[in-house]
Amino acid sequence: MKRILIASIVIAGLLSACQPQSSGGDKVRIGVFMSTTGSTANFGISSVNGIKMAADEINAAGGINGKQVELLVQDDRSDSQEAATIVTKFVTQDQVHAVIGEVASSRSIAAAPIAQNAKIPMLTPSSTNPEVTKKGDFIFRSCFIDPYQGAAIAQFAAKTLGAKTAAIMVDRKNDYSTGLEKVIGATFTKFGGKIVATQSYQEGDQDFNAQLTSLKGSNPEVIFVPGYYNDVGLIAKQARDKGITVPLIGGDGWDSEQLYKIGGTALNGSYFTNHYSPFDTEPKVQKFVNDYKSRYGGTPDALAATAYDAANIMFDAIKRSKSLSGPDIRDALAATNAFPGVTGTVTFNQNRDAVKPIVMIEIKDGGTYAVRERVNVEGAAVASNQ
Amino acid sequence: MKARQWRLTSDRYGPRMSTFLQQLINGISLGAIYSLIALGYTMVYGVLKLINFAHGDVYMVGAFMGYYLANGLGQRGAQMLGMSPDGFIARGLLGGGTLEPSLITALVVMLLAMAICAAIGVIIERLAYRPVRKYSRLTALITAIGVSLLLENGGQVVFGAEPKFFPELFRKRNIDLVGGASINSADVIVLVIALALMIALQWIVYRTKTGRAMRAVSFNLQSAKLMGINTDRIISFTFALGSALAAAAGVLVAIRIPRIDPLMGILVGLKAFVAAVLGGIGNIPGAMLGGLLIGITETMVVGYLSPTYKDAVAFAILILILLFRPSGLLGTVAQEKV
Amino acid sequence: MPRYLRNLIFGLIVIGILFGLDFVFQAGLINPYYTRILMLCGISITMAVSLNLINGFTGQFSIGHAGFMAVGAYSAAYFSVNYGTSLANSLGGGKLGWVVALALTTLIGAAIAGIAGLAVGIPSLRLRGDYLAIVTLGFGQIIVVFLNNIEAVGGARGYSGIPIVKSFFWIFLIAVLTIVVVYNIVNSAFGRALISIREDELAAEAMGVNTTRYKVMAFVISSAMAGAGGALLAHFDGYLNPKSFEFIKSFEFLIMIILGGLGSIVGSVIGAIVLTILPEGLRGFAEYRMVIYSLLLIILMITRPQGLLGSSDAFKGFRKRLRRLTEGPSGTASSATQSETSVGGENPR
Repeated sequence: MKRILIASIVIAGLLSACQPQSSGGDKVRIGVFMSTTGSTANFGISSVNGIKMAADEINAAGGINGKQVELLVQDDRSDSQEAATIVTKFVTQDQVHAVIGEVASSRSIAAAPIAQNAKIPMLTPSSTNPEVTKKGDFIFRSCFIDPYQGAAIAQFAAKTLGAKTAAIMVDRKNDYSTGLEKVIGATFTKFGGKIVATQSYQEGDQDFNAQLTSLKGSNPEVIFVPGYYNDVGLIAKQARDKGITVPLIGGDGWDSEQLYKIGGTALNGSYFTNHYSPFDTEPKVQKFVNDYKSRYGGTPDALAATAYDAANIMFDAIKRSKSLSGPDIRDALAATNAFPGVTGTVTFNQNRDAVKPIVMIEIKDGGTYAVRERVNVEGAAVASNQ
Repeated sequence: MKARQWRLTSDRYGPRMSTFLQQLINGISLGAIYSLIALGYTMVYGVLKLINFAHGDVYMVGAFMGYYLANGLGQRGAQMLGMSPDGFIARGLLGGGTLEPSLITALVVMLLAMAICAAIGVIIERLAYRPVRKYSRLTALITAIGVSLLLENGGQVVFGAEPKFFPELFRKRNIDLVGGASINSADVIVLVIALALMIALQWIVYRTKTGRAMRAVSFNLQSAKLMGINTDRIISFTFALGSALAAAAGVLVAIRIPRIDPLMGILVGLKAFVAAVLGGIGNIPGAMLGGLLIGITETMVVGYLSPTYKDAVAFAILILILLFRPSGLLGTVAQEKV
Repeated sequence: MPRYLRNLIFGLIVIGILFGLDFVFQAGLINPYYTRILMLCGISITMAVSLNLINGFTGQFSIGHAGFMAVGAYSAAYFSVNYGTSLANSLGGGKLGWVVALALTTLIGAAIAGIAGLAVGIPSLRLRGDYLAIVTLGFGQIIVVFLNNIEAVGGARGYSGIPIVKSFFWIFLIAVLTIVVVYNIVNSAFGRALISIREDELAAEAMGVNTTRYKVMAFVISSAMAGAGGALLAHFDGYLNPKSFEFIKSFEFLIMIILGGLGSIVGSVIGAIVLTILPEGLRGFAEYRMVIYSLLLIILMITRPQGLLGSSDAFKGFRKRLRRLTEGPSGTASSATQSETSVGGENPR
C-alpha cells in the first residue's frame, strides 16, 4: 500500500509540473513546433532559427501594434503523436494566438485537426503534401505543394535538359519523397519521357551501391533523387564512384549547407528545385543572408528562409487582424496579398496554399548555387490542388 | 598480348554478369563490416551468455571517436603535444597540416579509436553489467538495452543529433576488375583490415594463455573460477577486445561512407547479431561467415528484388535459422541438460 | 452473495463510473490537454498490462509488442476509413453512432492482432530467453517494413483521414477489461500454468503442462489486447505512421512494466501512468529525457530489478478486502494462494 502511495505522490508531482509555459500577459503568443532532433534535425533547427530571427527583428522594431511577440518553441522529436500533443498543449494550456509548424507533412497532418478544432490558425512553412491544408480552413501553408514541385522538376528535365529517359531513386520511408516521385513520374511521361528504372532506399541508409549498380544498367539520361540532403550527398558520391556521370535532379529536400559537405564534387552539375537561393543578388535576400550569417554563423538554407517568411507573414496578418482572436487572425491571413518575402511574393489561394515562384538551382563547383531557371509549370493552374 | 587477354575476358562476361559480380563485391564489403561487429557479439555471448545490445552503439562511438581524432590530429594535435607543427612527427605520423590524407593517418586514427572504445567497453562492463551478473539473464538483457539507449541518446546530446561528415582520411580510387566490375580502394582497405583483425583474434583466442582462459570461461564460469582463472579480468578483457573490434568497424565504415550520426549503430548492431547467430553464436569463424552471408544476401535482395525489404532480410534469416538450425551454421548442437 | 452476481454489480458500477467520467471529460469542463494525457495513459495501461501477461507472468521475453499494436491500429483504421462512416450513420449518426462504430473497429483490430500473435507466436515461442527477445524484435521490425510498403494504408507517407474519435469511455473500458482479463487469467489454473512456465519451463513440461500451447494462448491474448490499444490510438489523432511503431516503442512499454514490477498488474498500471506523464512533466528538459530514461533503467536494474511493486501484488489485499465486504465473516476463502517469486532470482538456462 505504501508503495502505491509513493507512486501516487510521484504522479501528482509530475502532473503539477505540467504547467503552462508562461502566464498570460500582454504579448502575442505564437506556438512553434518543429523537430530539432533526429535525422532531419537540420531542417527543424534552421526553421526555428529563421522564426526566432524574425521575432527578434519585429520585437526590436516595437512589436506588433505595440505588443511584443513571444515564441513558445517545442521539439516534437520527429514523432507525429508528440506533435499532436504539443499543439494540444499550445491551444489549451499555453493559450497561443497562432501556431507555426511543422517541416514534415506527416507531423503537420497529425497536428492540423487539433489547431482546426480549437480555431487557432496554423501556418506551415515547408510541408508540401497537399493533404495538410485540406484539414480545415484554419490551416495555411506558405510554400509550394508537391504536385507543383514535382511537375517543375520533371518539366525541367524533359524540356530544358531534353532528357528522354530517366531513372528515379526514391526514399520509401519518407512521405515527401514518395509524394514527389509519383508526380515526377507522371509529368515526365506526360512530356514524352520514359522512366526506365526505379530504385528505392530508406532514409538513413548508408549503402546505396546495390541500387546504383542496378540503375546504371538501364542507362538513364538523368536520375531523379527527390530525397533529403543527408542521403542525397552520399548517393551522389557513391553514384560517381560507380561511374554514373549523368546529372541528378531533386527537390527542396536537398537544400542544406551539409549537402555539399557530404557529396562534394560529386554534386557538380546536378540540379534541385528550391524556394530561394542564398546567392540571389536581390537586396532583400542579401540582407537576410547577411543578418542570418552574423547571427548564426552559417548560410541560411531554404527552410530558414521559408520559416523566416512564414513568421513574418503571420506577424503581418496579426497586425492587420481586427483582434487577437483565432478567427480574426485567420481571416487576415487568408487576405494576405503579394506579401514580399525573402522566398518570393506570397499570396494564398483558395486552398490556403501559397502561390509562389519556384527556382531551379544548378550546383556549381565549390558548392555555390546558380539560379538556372525560374520554372513556370506548364498547364498547372496557379492553384495546384491535385 | 596481355591487353588482348583482358579484353577477351571481359567480353566473355556480359553486362548481366558484371552487374552480378559488382553486387557480389558490394555484398562482401558490407559483410566484412557485419563480421567485425558480429565477432564482438559472439565473444561476449560466448563468455557471458549475454546479448550485449550496446555493442552496436560502441561501433557508433568508435566512429565518432575517429571523427574527433581525425579532426584533432595534425597541426593542432602536434601543438597540443608540444611538438612543432611542421616537424617530422606532425607531418609524417599525424598527417601534418590540415591532416593530409594518408593510409598511416587512417590507421593511427583507427588504432586510437579502438583503444578508447576498449576502455569504454571495460567501463560499461564494470559499471552496468557486473552488478547484475548475479541476477537473471533477463535482468542483464534489460540492462544491456538500457546501456544501448543511454549511448544513443547520450550521443545525441553530446555529439549533436544531426549527422556529421567524416573527413577524408585517404584518397580513394576505383580499381577496375576482371569481369567489368570495379572495387573502391576504400573497400579493399576495409576488407584487408577486417581480415587481418579476424586472423589476429583467432590467434589470440586459440594460441594464447588468455585466449585459453576465455574459452574456459565460456565453457563453464564456475569451473574456470575453480581452476584459478581470474574470471572478472578475463571478462573485462573480452569486452575490451570486442569493443575494440566494433570501434575498428566504426572507423572503417566512416572511411567508406563518410556520414555518421548517433543512431547509426542500432540497425547495424542488430544485423550483426543476426550474423553471429547465423554462424553459430560463440563461434568466431561462424561470426565471420555469418557476416559475409548477411551482407551478400542483403545486397542481392536490394539489387535484384526490392530495396524496400532490405531491413527485413536479416530478420527473416534470423527467424529461419532459429527455426531450423538454432545452433547456427558452424555451431555445435547443444543438448539441453536438466 | 453468489460470485457472478458480485462480479456483475462490480462491472456495472465500473461502467457507470466510466460513463460519468466520460461525460465530465468530453463536456470540455476539464482542460483538453489534461484529458488528452489521461486518455493516452489509458492506452498505455492497456499496452503495459497486456505485455506483462507475457513478460511478467509467463516469463517470456517479448520485445515486439509495438508490432501488434501497429497491426491492430492499421486494421482498425482501414476498416474505419472504408466502412466506418456508413456504419456510424446507420447507427443513427452523431456521437453515439461513432462510439459504437469505434467499439466494432476496436474489436476488429484486436481480432486481427490476435491472429498476428498466433502467426508470430507459433514459430517463435519454441525459443528461449534471449533468442525469443531478438526474434520478437525482428518480427516487430518486419511488420513495420511491411506497413511501409502497403500503399493501401499509405505506406511510408502514413495513413491519414482516419475518423477522429476520442472516447474516454472506450479507452478506459478497454483498459479496465485488460486488467480484469489478465487478473482473472493469473488467478486461474491457466495462470498457474503460465507461472509454472516462468519459474521452470522444463519442470513444467515434465509435469505435463503443454508449455507451447499455453505460451501461444497467452501470446495471442496479449497481442489481441495490444491490437485493441492500437485501434484506439489510431482514432486518437486520425493519423498513423509506421515509424511510430518501431522497436523504440516496444522498449517504452517494456520500461513501463519493468519500472512497475514484472509480476505485478498494479505495477504495470503505475509504470504506464508514470511513463506517460513523465515526458509532459519533463518538457523543460526534453533533450535529456531519453538520457534520463536510460539511466533510470540501468540504475533500476542494478538496485531494484523487481521494479516498484516487484513481487508482491497489491491487488491481493484488495481482493481479500472486497470479499470480506460482500461475504461477511462467514465467507469461504476459496481463492488459491499465489506464489509469485521475484523475477530477479537466478534463472539458469
